[in-house]
Amino acid sequence: MEKRRAARPATMKNAVTHYCPGCGHSVIHRLTAEVIQELGIAGKTIGVPPAGCAVLAYFYFDVDMTEAPHGRGCAVATGIKRALPESIVFTYQGDGDLAAIGTAEVIHAANRGENITVIFVNNAVYGMTGGQMAPTTLLGMKTTTSPAGRDAGREGNPIRVCELLSSLDGAVYLERTAVNSVRSIRRTKKAIREAFQTQIDGKGFSLVEILSPCPTNWKLSSAASWKWIDEVMSKQYPIGIIKDIREGAAKDAE
Amino acid sequence: MSKIEEKKLMRGAEAIGEAAIRSGCSCYFGYPITPQNEITEYMARRMLQTGRVFIQSESELAAINMVLGAAATGARAMTSSSSPGMSLKQEGISFIAAMELPSVIVNVMRGGPGLGNIAPAQSDYFQATRGGGHGDYRTIVLAPATVQELYNLTRKAFDLADEYRTPVMILADGMLGQMMEPVVFNDKAIEPGDLPEKPWALRGAEGRPSRFIRSLILDPNLEEEHNWRLYRKYQRIERREVQFEEFNMQGAEMAVVAYGTAARIAKAAVKRCIEKNMRVGLIRPISLWPFPAKAILESTNYIKHLLCFEMSMGQMIEDVKLSAEGKTEVSLYGRPGGVVPTPVELFRVISRAYNKLARETK
Repeated sequence: MEKRRAARPATMKNAVTHYCPGCGHSVIHRLTAEVIQELGIAGKTIGVPPAGCAVLAYFYFDVDMTEAPHGRGCAVATGIKRALPESIVFTYQGDGDLAAIGTAEVIHAANRGENITVIFVNNAVYGMTGGQMAPTTLLGMKTTTSPAGRDAGREGNPIRVCELLSSLDGAVYLERTAVNSVRSIRRTKKAIREAFQTQIDGKGFSLVEILSPCPTNWKLSSAASWKWIDEVMSKQYPIGIIKDIREGAAKDAE
Repeated sequence: MSKIEEKKLMRGAEAIGEAAIRSGCSCYFGYPITPQNEITEYMARRMLQTGRVFIQSESELAAINMVLGAAATGARAMTSSSSPGMSLKQEGISFIAAMELPSVIVNVMRGGPGLGNIAPAQSDYFQATRGGGHGDYRTIVLAPATVQELYNLTRKAFDLADEYRTPVMILADGMLGQMMEPVVFNDKAIEPGDLPEKPWALRGAEGRPSRFIRSLILDPNLEEEHNWRLYRKYQRIERREVQFEEFNMQGAEMAVVAYGTAARIAKAAVKRCIEKNMRVGLIRPISLWPFPAKAILESTNYIKHLLCFEMSMGQMIEDVKLSAEGKTEVSLYGRPGGVVPTPVELFRVISRAYNKLARETK
């Protein structure tokens, strides 16, 4: 066993999270904290958690953090970053927070090319409030507020946030990943690192959309949730770099 | 170093903007809405000149939340809007109050409800003085009546916001925003860099334990404690920050109570009363919250009628009645919808009430 590899990064507090078994948030917190630690930016990082399951993230991240009203993370982050340009600012937002009530804020932050990083957790439901339909809920998916399954004619279609933002010139790095396997978790960490590096390099708005299991509200086992991400969710939300127009970036991904 | 004493002819909106600049406000966020665009435009120009932050936000919601973010770093931050836009800002103001962040918010009131119109009105008194958003909180509300006061009170607003770590509102109206009067800059300009560091601000945790600022307190006992702490702060503000002006109150039997633009009209009407040997005075609340309750109550020792004159159908009158504790007659002359009555109109209303009072006391 390589004991040290599993050690808690200094950017995480020694706390037990409130997340459900099988939830992706703990993993994504950990990856984000590791990246902040490894990039040596912990001392100048300010995080903005959402209203949603991750609302208590300031109990877990050991960096400066401020609450934001529901959906307003990108506006709050804009205020922080503009007031303190030398800081590294990230928001951590769910799909209800970012893609429903906070749609205007994320679009305009991206469009202004705000030099911030968004960790966008897409689990296709409102988790904290008990599994209601989210803008990202898949067609046919049953939630407490789409009991017959989401129907395009009745409830509209699932929103692809990365693709939506990709038309904006200020959005320079957009990648979609998942946290349902060792390989995808490693890929996610790399994406988060790229996103923070984009900010460190002063290149503009970066966002990583992470497909994340919510076994509790999906009413699936953890293993079945991982499989569902591969077999169903990632068909609607294709994994990969959606946009990378940083100077020196290899190419614009599909 | 800028000159201590400078005199300029300024528009009200510009006086607010220049006061912010000279208070070391380093971040302004705003969204266009009439009749306050001159503040936003002035700030766009001056913040660019001074190398500070100006953003025209995508909405009033975004603007107030940008203020929240900037304030969390310790920066002096401001936003301005007018009535419909202020409704949108209430969510953020509630959070800012709960998170105990200093900020300055300007409301240049217009006629309402709904879109109403763009004429001067005073119908946001309830919204301003009762918190406005959800939850148990107050905002300090200052109501200037001259362009000089727009300048002075905006400067004071930044100091109060920092001192009490709370949102402070300047409550003006379209008339004050547009009018031009001379302004004396009788104070020293502060650069953002001159301001002392705020020991609670988020600037990255280098060399110290990390901090967080929040309003979510799930444990009801702790949330109660937080509310008690806010309440005690509001009590301190009520004790220390009341501001009002009395005019011709010596020997008066009747008084008009009015603030802002209404108080200017009232002062002109009271001057006419003086000419006619009528014993009428004026009480002008400058801080609307905290309200000058004691001054109103003390006036009831000799004032037999308090006439509230508001450019609304009676909002401040509730505070006047509460303050007067039923010890004297309180009545309303309200003009809503953006109508600004003339001093002569108000004088007639005062005269009727005054003559009635004279008949009754005979």
